[in-house]
Amino acid sequence: MNRRIRFFCAALLWAVASTASAQGVRPDGEALYQQNCAACHGSDGAGGVGVPLNLPDFLAVASDRYLRNTLRHGRPGRVMPAFPSLTDEQADAIIRTIRGWSDAPAPVYDSVRLKGDARRGKQLFTEHCAACHGDHGQGGAGTGVTFSRPREAPIMAPALNNPGFQQSVSDAMLKATLLRGRRGTPMSPITALGLTESDADDLVAWLRKLPPDERLARTSQSPIIRMESPYGFEETLDNLKKAVTARNFHIIREQTLDSGYVKAGKENKRQYIVYFCSFSFLNEALSVDPRVGLFLPCRVTLQETDKGIELVTINPESLSHLFNNSELDKYCARMHRLYSEILEEATL
Amino acid sequence: MRSWRIWLAAILLILTTSAIAQDLYMVRSGMAFPEAMVALQKAIREQGYTLSRVQRVDLGLKSFGFKTDRYRVVFFGKPAEIEQLGNKYRDLVPYLPLKIAIFAEGDETLLLASSFHHLRPFFKQPALGKQFDTWEKDIQRILEQVRLAD
Repeated sequence: MNRRIRFFCAALLWAVASTASAQGVRPDGEALYQQNCAACHGSDGAGGVGVPLNLPDFLAVASDRYLRNTLRHGRPGRVMPAFPSLTDEQADAIIRTIRGWSDAPAPVYDSVRLKGDARRGKQLFTEHCAACHGDHGQGGAGTGVTFSRPREAPIMAPALNNPGFQQSVSDAMLKATLLRGRRGTPMSPITALGLTESDADDLVAWLRKLPPDERLARTSQSPIIRMESPYGFEETLDNLKKAVTARNFHIIREQTLDSGYVKAGKENKRQYIVYFCSFSFLNEALSVDPRVGLFLPCRVTLQETDKGIELVTINPESLSHLFNNSELDKYCARMHRLYSEILEEATL
Repeated sequence: MRSWRIWLAAILLILTTSAIAQDLYMVRSGMAFPEAMVALQKAIREQGYTLSRVQRVDLGLKSFGFKTDRYRVVFFGKPAEIEQLGNKYRDLVPYLPLKIAIFAEGDETLLLASSFHHLRPFFKQPALGKQFDTWEKDIQRILEQVRLAD
């Protein structure tokens, strides 16, 4: 027993010591940035799926507090996830790396709410901002700058009504952004539009009243859609193909589940996958979020079970939330409807 | 006697891990698409998986007149796992085999895979939970190997 206690204590001490030692070392911000941020924001912060972070005007107005809060809260429904697992030291190290792209000192703002006229701010917003940021501040469609897919603008206008953004930004930073504009994007300083500092206060007052995006509510759904078929295997397969092509999908491949994993001729032909695609729909979906290709092409598996013949496929609506991109929801809902129709028609 | 071992394992786990559930794994490789694709296939094989096919998404899009950069989906698995899990867990079949999307972004390449976090509430069998753990670790190793490859 004593040996066990000694072993327990030694292991505990080792774990505590190694953790403390790890905390004593200053985190490597560059490595953390490359690991956590570069996939979306680019190796050098030039942008990608995510907005560019290395724009001088952005770094001149973005406070460390804003960046830290953004890491903590993310942007619900707008691709950027929250990073709750990063320690404060790691978050600060990433922020130091981002700061390294500019000579501008980090601004510090107070958290005082500006007292503008929100009603007037709404009029100004509609006139000058809504074309890019949307009527309700919901932001531009799609993801970030050019990313495999052609884009109409060099940057997606951020969603100003996003709860993550609203929690992260101070009134003073909003005002500083309005007054400075952002070179490299379509956003010009509001003074170039003939507006004044007082107008900025009114705009900020309205930005704080923007209604939040209601699409962010999520429900937990089954990850699959399954329907049993009253028909035999071959007849169900025939029905499936007819239902697929009737909806203007192209059948691009048919194979067994184990194809490529067992010798030719030894496959289990009672687990059969039909792959299909509508390239115009695919192009549309990829334009909204190129990551969605992970769950493409479309496929339905026909399989024989103890209970009979069934058709089974992924449930796109249950996968939509993985991408944290509310723009994708309608495409996933559409795909869910199409999958359901195909399975229903094949098994009716 | 058994309980203190469980406690020890729990304490060590809490102290030595900081990982949290992630829905997607995404990494950027500084390599151009062809080199990154080679590195991905090598990493998949080195983790003990068989690559079954590569879906050339970009070719399909181009053949229908759409503009796109290089975009592929790589399918892989272990033959025994595909056979056993495909037979035992029929509801899991739509998520088999495993896959990684790989696509060009200018001179660099992005790689993306899904974790199994979203499937866990629906597949509560302990054996499957362990299988998800293994796949998640392997996928992260594969992606990390490509990210760090020259």
